[in-house]
Amino acid sequence: MNIFEKIMKVDRRWVYLAIGLAVSIPAVYELVATYILKKENTTINIPITPSPEVKKVYDFVESMKPGEHLFICVDYDPSSMAELNPMTTAIVNQAFAKDIKIIFVTLSQFGPGLVEQITSSLAAAHNKVRGEDYAFLGYRPYPAITILAMGVDFRVPFPEDYYGTPLDSLPIMDGIKNFNNLKGVIELTSGNTADFWITYGNGRYGFPLALGITGVMSANYYQYLSSDQLLGIIPGVKGAAEYEELVGFPGDGKAQMAYQVIAHAVILVFIIISNIAFFGTRKRKGGMEGGAQ
Amino acid sequence: MKREIPILIVGITGFAMLIQYFIPTDWSETIFTKSQDWIIIIGILSMPLGIWSLVKANVNKLKDPNEWFYSAVLLLGFLIMIVTCLNGENLSGNSIFNNIFNYVLVPIQSTIFSLLAFFIASAAYRAFRARSILATILLITAFLVMFRFMPLGPVSTINAKIVSWILQVPNMAANRAIMMGIGLGATATAMKIILGVERTYMGHD
Repeated sequence: MNIFEKIMKVDRRWVYLAIGLAVSIPAVYELVATYILKKENTTINIPITPSPEVKKVYDFVESMKPGEHLFICVDYDPSSMAELNPMTTAIVNQAFAKDIKIIFVTLSQFGPGLVEQITSSLAAAHNKVRGEDYAFLGYRPYPAITILAMGVDFRVPFPEDYYGTPLDSLPIMDGIKNFNNLKGVIELTSGNTADFWITYGNGRYGFPLALGITGVMSANYYQYLSSDQLLGIIPGVKGAAEYEELVGFPGDGKAQMAYQVIAHAVILVFIIISNIAFFGTRKRKGGMEGGAQ
Repeated sequence: MKREIPILIVGITGFAMLIQYFIPTDWSETIFTKSQDWIIIIGILSMPLGIWSLVKANVNKLKDPNEWFYSAVLLLGFLIMIVTCLNGENLSGNSIFNNIFNYVLVPIQSTIFSLLAFFIASAAYRAFRARSILATILLITAFLVMFRFMPLGPVSTINAKIVSWILQVPNMAANRAIMMGIGLGATATAMKIILGVERTYMGHD
């Protein structure tokens, strides 16, 4: 077995080790910078250039006037919060800073805990009052039915908010019946609820819709940008970091970019090595293997 | 009658929902809202069945010397989460329900999902090889899309434009073709069900 064949058949545990060591580099750097070098800003700063699809979402929120209502749907669970929490935080920070009123809903069974986390910390930081400046209506199963019902009246699926207060008792809900009374909807999701929002939300009720999604989902939703069914997309950690850059609140998105860049760099190096080894073995055999795998 | 009545219910309901979509009046909205209530009621009725099935299966597994521990953890977690959220006030702030969510569920799910990075790296190492023309196209596309994360100044700017084109032109064309196929297939199946041609949903042909 020559060197190329050895590389081709490398044990996957070496790949795991390389990735593990690579993503440890920024963490080790932060520890050393904080505790040994006693630096204040220990995050590795990756240059960020906001993309047009992210900037459109930012511009949309920025164009809203104080007192107008934004609807945010938190449809992800803890497994993808590393990607989606930073963008949710950045959007809520931007909206609260502009005195925009936010109505939260979740169509994921794990959503309530995540909304509670975000609202409790950010509302306190911006001196916002529950029921006046923001409301959390809660969780309902059956996304399509819930979206359609909210299009008729929020009080149909949510007669009370998450904490048991009737919606008619909440000052934020005065004059708010359905999507017609809102400026737009931002859907933050790691699953197929985005399809329901596009089909049953934007398709039937025609409100402006933006998506915040995980990186792996992004290829499936770019098609809706050019058809104007979506006003913008925030894809993955990179999108979150771009949004944070625009808002001017450096957060977890920018901090995670160092980890993401180094992990992707290692994967790219592995792909290059793998192909060099592949062509090396093919040259020796003097033939070409067929078929994509 | 056991066949005809369900087909009649499905047919009438299906046509009513189809027609109301195109008639924006108060009465059509009322029919629409009431039918949604019915779907939720029917769905909620299935929940006790699911809970019963889950509990029964895991209570039975408690007798298995190899699996009793996992079932015990499941049943214990199930009971604790129900008990801690029975009081509505416990849903916010520093409650047991929230603490279990934040300090048990969140780390567990995040840990499991983060393992994906290792599997993706291993899969990329083995899959992205230029074995044929199609595989080479896949390899180059994947390389460019991943390369957009690299902060390399002007190179990144040019690459970002190429990736944006890939996502918004060839990717969109392929996705739209798939979506249209799925849409037409779903419409055809729905019409077959409404018209009573497709009857397998009743459990037999």
